[in-house]
Amino acid sequence: MSARGDQSPPRAATPSTHGELLARFAVSPARRRKDRLARGLIMAGTAIALVPLVLVVYYLIKQGAGSWSWDFFTTDPTGNTFFKTSSIGGIESAILGTLEIVALAAVIAIPIGIGVAVWLVEYGRDSAFANLVRFFVDVLTGVPSIVFGLFIYIVLIVGTGSSYAGYKGSLALSLLMLPVVIRSAEVILLLVPGALRESALALGAPRWKVILRIVLPTALPGMVTGVLLAIARAAGETAPLLFTAAATNKTTGDLGAFMNSLPVQIYKDVTSPTTSVVNRAWGAALTLVAMILVLNLIARLISRRSRLA
Amino acid sequence: MTPDASPPQTANVKDPTVDPESRTEQERDAIAASTPAKPASGTSADGAKADAARAAESKQGLGVKLEGLRAFYGEAEQVKGIDLEFDANEVTAIIGPSGCGKSTMVRCINRMHEEIPGAHAEGRVMLDQLDVYDPSVDVVAVRRAIGMVFQKPNPFPTMSVFDNVASGLRLSSGRSTHGKADLRMKVEAALRGAGLWDEVADRLDAPGAGLSGGQQQRLCIARSLAVEPEVILMDEPCSALDPIATLKIEELIEELKKRVTIVIVTHNMQQAARVADRTAFMLSGELVEVGPTNDIFTKPGDSRTEEYVTGKFG
Repeated sequence: MSARGDQSPPRAATPSTHGELLARFAVSPARRRKDRLARGLIMAGTAIALVPLVLVVYYLIKQGAGSWSWDFFTTDPTGNTFFKTSSIGGIESAILGTLEIVALAAVIAIPIGIGVAVWLVEYGRDSAFANLVRFFVDVLTGVPSIVFGLFIYIVLIVGTGSSYAGYKGSLALSLLMLPVVIRSAEVILLLVPGALRESALALGAPRWKVILRIVLPTALPGMVTGVLLAIARAAGETAPLLFTAAATNKTTGDLGAFMNSLPVQIYKDVTSPTTSVVNRAWGAALTLVAMILVLNLIARLISRRSRLA
Repeated sequence: MTPDASPPQTANVKDPTVDPESRTEQERDAIAASTPAKPASGTSADGAKADAARAAESKQGLGVKLEGLRAFYGEAEQVKGIDLEFDANEVTAIIGPSGCGKSTMVRCINRMHEEIPGAHAEGRVMLDQLDVYDPSVDVVAVRRAIGMVFQKPNPFPTMSVFDNVASGLRLSSGRSTHGKADLRMKVEAALRGAGLWDEVADRLDAPGAGLSGGQQQRLCIARSLAVEPEVILMDEPCSALDPIATLKIEELIEELKKRVTIVIVTHNMQQAARVADRTAFMLSGELVEVGPTNDIFTKPGDSRTEEYVTGKFG
């Protein structure tokens, strides 16, 4: 620094000494104080935000890990909650039910959602109708999940006079996932450089092939991330399932019948007066969080492989 | 850039309204007569190349002629009636200040302009004797015959070097039934044609995006060569490249014109002087002057051209 200062600084008429230069360039004490204050505030804010997160995970593990056992995952709830001598059973039906319901919901929501996103980005663009679709998708994103459950309940259960069924729960969840899938896929598709589309078109490729062979493969890792996050969100929903898939004890592969699920099982168990049943709710909650965590980790890994920014 | 400084006199531009059938037909006949008569000059010299490469080289370019071409973005007219001829197997450079409509005009030739929402073009673009804007013409076929290389190298990021070159063959409909050996041969021919084969022969399966910038641009040229176009449009193909990569592309252009007609948009006047047989100067959406490159740079007919090529504006 001083070496530079010796080489005739253009402003000063006389060559500056090291001390003079330092006086000009040193950080003032006032700024140092402000910097410390701002840093402290930001760190405090971060810490406060982390407290509930850490506490939730801590209590989940503390209360739930105890009930985890081989039997816990491989037996159905017995429904027998009053006689302490008999077993209350595990959460097998809830785990499998959640997997089945969410899988069907994903099968419904993903193709439709990606289709809508492709239409918005590649065809609709800035047309009035496309903007209308975007607006309603945004509205849909803000709709409380219980409303989707209510909608399916009114239309498919009250409306048809039929009973609860697993697939009706899937439909409610797919409605919930749809806007998330559309919005995340749209954002990723917009990230695909227009130059790629242009150069494919300039090669004489028809538009549908450009979308299928160039745009979608390029966007795939990013879209998988969005889809997995939508699935994770749907998997944790209770309200849409309460009066569409209902709750049951036994494991079933029949999506047309009553179907158990983790959130509904937790909801039922946690209100029980029996301690062992409440503990089962903790164990189920920990299971649910673990499943969603795994999904999120997969989403992270895939998005890291993304070729777009 | 001071396009308003000079009055909008368009003396040198052919008046698009005076477009009698007789003249165009005459010129069309002239092209038709000259095109098939050209000797297969491509099959000279270096006999080391593969048979496939030689077969591709024997292919001739086609002439392109713009007749009263006008291009719009919404209501705004960006290209204001241009009559211009690109002779077969020649390199024509388009120069002019930024925003003068060079790129827009070139993008009209293979009908890429209309891909921009709200954009459309009027007038005629004759590929040999065919108007590419004729309603019965398939735009996909036009783009296969008139390839394009863009400013920034843009290999498909999901594809290997091989797949990038093969993409044109695989993506264009109606040509999907390629045997593996046939495809390999065509890819090799295209890569040789783009002067890239020796550099990538041992890593055809590596991702195309992993090549250097200059190699990527030659990969893009190979990609457009693979579908065997008659015309290649280059929209500032070297502006994102270093001087050595630029030199390679320029040498390549010299080689390529044996088999295709080349239209190159460039901001670099030295580049135009080096590679182009003819040069056209555009200003504010109008064609000011076109002629042999040497004439444009040494004795331009229009004062605005002179001001531009001597660096007085733009």
